[in-house]
Amino acid sequence: MSKKVNLSPKDFSNLATLSNLSPSKEESDTIRNQLSEALNAMDVLNELDTKDVAPLNHPTGEMVNVYRKDEVTSSLSQKEALSNAKSTHNGYFQVDAIFEDQEN
Amino acid sequence: MKLNELTITNTLKGLENHDFSSEEVTKDCLSKIGQTNKKINSFISIFEEEAIASAKIADEKIKKGDKLPLLGVPFAIKDNFLTKDRRTTAASKVLDDYIPQYSSTVIRKLEYAGAIILGKTNLDAWCHGSSTETSDYGSCKNPHDTNTLPGGSSGGSAAAISSNQTIGSIGSETAGSIRQPASWCGVVGLKPTYGRVSRYGVIAMGSSLDSPGPLTKTTEDAAKVLEVISGLDKFDGTTSPKKVENYHKNLSADIKGMTIGIPKEYLMEDSQEGINQLVLDAAKQMEKLGAKIVEISMLDPKYSIAVYTIVQRSEVSSNLSRFDGIRYGNDRSLMGPEAKRRIMLGTYALSSGYYDAYYKKAQKVRMLLKKDFERVFQSVDTVLAPTSPSTALPVGSSLNHPMFGEIADVLVEASSMAGLTGINIPVGFIGKLPVGMQIIGNYFQEQTVLNLAHAYETSVDWRQNEFKS
Repeated sequence: MSKKVNLSPKDFSNLATLSNLSPSKEESDTIRNQLSEALNAMDVLNELDTKDVAPLNHPTGEMVNVYRKDEVTSSLSQKEALSNAKSTHNGYFQVDAIFEDQEN
Repeated sequence: MKLNELTITNTLKGLENHDFSSEEVTKDCLSKIGQTNKKINSFISIFEEEAIASAKIADEKIKKGDKLPLLGVPFAIKDNFLTKDRRTTAASKVLDDYIPQYSSTVIRKLEYAGAIILGKTNLDAWCHGSSTETSDYGSCKNPHDTNTLPGGSSGGSAAAISSNQTIGSIGSETAGSIRQPASWCGVVGLKPTYGRVSRYGVIAMGSSLDSPGPLTKTTEDAAKVLEVISGLDKFDGTTSPKKVENYHKNLSADIKGMTIGIPKEYLMEDSQEGINQLVLDAAKQMEKLGAKIVEISMLDPKYSIAVYTIVQRSEVSSNLSRFDGIRYGNDRSLMGPEAKRRIMLGTYALSSGYYDAYYKKAQKVRMLLKKDFERVFQSVDTVLAPTSPSTALPVGSSLNHPMFGEIADVLVEASSMAGLTGINIPVGFIGKLPVGMQIIGNYFQEQTVLNLAHAYETSVDWRQNEFKS
């Protein structure tokens, strides 16, 4: 983290893809610079020695795996589950095709 | 006096004595909202018909002698809490038409306790901010001076309480989002210990941080609400099995012998002039009541800014990935610039090659912040500090300042990172604008924190006149 971060437009474009976002051309330059600035500000953490420190995952530290019985209980009905979808088909959520049509 | 100006405590008394009905209180609140929402913009959705219908049902129950803890009391709910069959937006156009098929546990508990839900309050979109200016439904304004901001992200809830549009309200805090708007709006805001209150049905921001909690007119009210909303929840595996205490019944103003630590690093030189002194004056008042004040030293709060920035944005990038417009909501292109920034920074911090340098490093420093508090709690019962380095800032202050929230929340971030409990209590004014102080307690020490806040609140005249019965 000691090297200054300077996201290139290509880095930014890859990041946008990973984030499933499509910022406009105007937005992209602004956000790219803001991100680089923010990431550089994170350098301050290197002032602290954390060599023998474990990462903190659960703040109160007392939780271990919380299980319940493997039993079927009530849940949303199919109708309820589909009620907010913009596009449904025969009781399914409809999504963009992932596979292209291929001649067999 | 109009019924919307009552506290939860006095509403319950009045309803029990049949001085007025829940329908009357509810209608007074709705009337106040109708008169003031255009100016303050604290509500995104108002459930007028449903609220009056619920109030009528509550009145029937009261007639029969039912004794539910919040029966007939109107509440305003931050719009990141799912309310079944009632629009929930997280203040983002991505969820503009989202109607939840279930309610969050907090809402179910409130409704089971007889509370009336007036509507959903404004917030920074997805809770991303400390001003409410990133809301896609227009910013909320501070009722004390509408040229200033209410703070955020629970700005709408804070403004609704502050302007007596409601009797009680609910917000959530990830790093300051209850305490800071409570400070700027001059109301009581309690952030419970992480895991004390269920996050089920709360639109997720930082899963290891989010803490739902009450914003109220008095500490007694906060204790009452905390009792109702706390507890182990089978739908949220991070909730604590610790028994819910009788926070309200055991509320006491006796703080003799309590040790209060004031970290010198939190009395910042560049805080707005007057704030530190008001907090020190309040500390003197607590000394008069029998508490012992000591100066302590803690890790510079500046580190918590970086920890929060990385941890929160990393968790956000994961949590907001579900909003793809398939099962609910609109397309991700409607995400605002702040949301886009946070998602992308989080994605970067979690990505291969950067995870160790950013996320893992931040979580390690987070452990240092936790250990720092554990160290001071060996010698003090509570930590006292200003809540915010400034009073409410002018409308527009957060625009074009990507790190606005993180800097505004510098004094509350460390305790949030550690998952501790903290309360904001008003201590005075600078000009027209409220100043708040925060009392931070050890894990699950909400009773201690509430008692200290209550002791201060009930000992100062001006607070007694603030919310009359």
